[in-house]
Amino acid sequence: MSEFLQHLINMLVLGGTYALLGIGLTLIFGIMNVVNFTHGVLYTFGAYIMFIVVQQLGLNFFLALPVAVLAGWLLGAAIELTLLRPLRGSDIDTTMLVMIGAWIAMQSGTLWIWGGVAKSVATPFPEAPLVLGPVSVSWLRLFVLAAAAMLILVTYLLINKTSLGRAMRATFQDHDTASLMGVNVDMIYTSTFAIGSSLAAAAGALLGPVYVIFPQMGDLAAVKAFAIVILGGLGNITGAVIGGFILALAEELGAGYVSSGYRDAMGFLIIIAVLIFRPTGLFARAERVG
Amino acid sequence: MTRTLGLVPAIALATALFGGTAGAQTIKIGVNEPLTGAFAASGTYVVNGAKIAADEINAKGGVLGKKIELVIEDNKSNPTEAAAVAEKLITSDKVPVLMGAWGSSLTLAVMPKLMEYETPMVVETSSSGKITTTGNPFIFRISPPSAVEAAAFKNIVDKLALKKVDFLVINNDWGRGTAEDFSKMMKDKGISIGLVETMDQGAQDMSAQLSKIKSSDSETVIVTTAVDQLTLIFKQAAALGLKKRIITTGGSQNPDQIIAQAGAAANGTMHLTTFLPWFPDKTPNPEATNYFIAEWKKRGFEFAGCTESFRGYDGIRTVAAAIEKAGKAEPAAIKAALWNINIKGLNGDIVFRKSGPEGKESGQSQPNVYLIEINDGKVEMKTL
Repeated sequence: MSEFLQHLINMLVLGGTYALLGIGLTLIFGIMNVVNFTHGVLYTFGAYIMFIVVQQLGLNFFLALPVAVLAGWLLGAAIELTLLRPLRGSDIDTTMLVMIGAWIAMQSGTLWIWGGVAKSVATPFPEAPLVLGPVSVSWLRLFVLAAAAMLILVTYLLINKTSLGRAMRATFQDHDTASLMGVNVDMIYTSTFAIGSSLAAAAGALLGPVYVIFPQMGDLAAVKAFAIVILGGLGNITGAVIGGFILALAEELGAGYVSSGYRDAMGFLIIIAVLIFRPTGLFARAERVG
Repeated sequence: MTRTLGLVPAIALATALFGGTAGAQTIKIGVNEPLTGAFAASGTYVVNGAKIAADEINAKGGVLGKKIELVIEDNKSNPTEAAAVAEKLITSDKVPVLMGAWGSSLTLAVMPKLMEYETPMVVETSSSGKITTTGNPFIFRISPPSAVEAAAFKNIVDKLALKKVDFLVINNDWGRGTAEDFSKMMKDKGISIGLVETMDQGAQDMSAQLSKIKSSDSETVIVTTAVDQLTLIFKQAAALGLKKRIITTGGSQNPDQIIAQAGAAANGTMHLTTFLPWFPDKTPNPEATNYFIAEWKKRGFEFAGCTESFRGYDGIRTVAAAIEKAGKAEPAAIKAALWNINIKGLNGDIVFRKSGPEGKESGQSQPNVYLIEINDGKVEMKTL
């Protein structure tokens, strides 16, 4: 029983960060329809920003988080302006290839700048975990869960309650009509990509100190983000959040009670199952086709 | 148009010709290591150690009157790439001998290529037993297979009073091979084996596995993986309040990196290692060890990397000694000469003994294995 409770606590903490990764990608992949292979690199980038600000500049841990979010936003905007804007209107394969190129180039860039040796970031949290009866959880992970929940809430409000969010939804529903209604469509594309990227960087900045930071850390994170987005339904923020927790639960219980060798296969198994039984995702609304 | 097209092969031919003449003045040694991917840090350390050996040998006049030249290729921590890179080094760079390929799965992927092109390879790090027992006569290994590690560990299990152990190993030939060899040894000793948990090579969160281990009734966990995952495991075990004794194997732990990154979580952990850069005087070859460590520091590399990089240093010295003995830089001659070398490595004498099925034995050297413990952020030696 205590083992099961510990798995549930682990699931909550892990699920929060998966949700954060998922909503960032669902904005870009689900709403903008860009297969964003740079999502994992932006996650890595956010973690390295943490490392620079905290370890190299010696600044405050809590200050480093908004810096990472901002840096992710700027890098995302730069990718959109230089790579995606010139390709707007070209087919999905071309964009995909360009994004794969950007992914490899950026990942090699991080390896070139910081080397392959993993970095770690010191945190202001005590090393002794919080012990609640039979289960224990580190303070850092609780903080990560709280920060992730806050970021998810802010994103939800941004998309659903602000005029920018309304313009975003309108643009991706019908690009031409939105444009006729006076929405600056170019600006919407750039900001959507930048917001999605900043969420990836935020996830990296939060998880970098929990794990260790190295150039390939984003690869597995990106695979999981895609699994979450497909699970929750393209473009569905609530779906991505729930999808994040479902994936975390599947991994925890799969490793705990089935076989730990298949832990990271759970994401793929979920994708396959969803594509077979509910190809539009678990939480997609009924859609009219044509 | 035809003219432009004709120009390209002409340039290629000229480059090849010039490249060929330049190459003849050096003796090439192929180095097949992971410089990107999950094992980038370790592979880079090994390559830097290899460069120290090459520079030292060249400063003393090289081998057979020629300088040695390392042709370094990145296998991307990926077995498919490791095989492709080996093929490229042998067929395109025409290296007569290779060193590689760090991980057991990487080395195993290269092995059929060695058979195909009849080119020998010195294996510097891999520890899966399979490498020297499947009958590949082109393999010469200087690192200890996990059975040798297990045998060395046998002498200390009584002192540690082990009763029941769990395993947490990387899910590849290295990890699973270690769990097998150590289980066998421990069962003979009357120690019971509990859980055998695995983790993916790129996995970052091992909380689920550790939670399971936390609720088991064993008192010790044997962990086998590379340094980055070890750091994560120590941190996550501490966060889960896991109070069992942790012993790591495989010699790719970089205790200093663990101390720097896992902090207090590393205290009390024990590690089976194959090199003692902290205590040069206790190594089999103190003079060479001191030279190597001084050179490593002079080049501005992190001290933590020594436990990996010495393998590259020893590997290249092994290869160079074989070329010298062969009298010519040809694969068959080097392969024959590898059986006859006897050099002082940083971790004991490098002499190859036969291992594997008769008639197609691989070479296996018998390096030393040590047990160290981290206490208060310092490395202490345990006598075996």
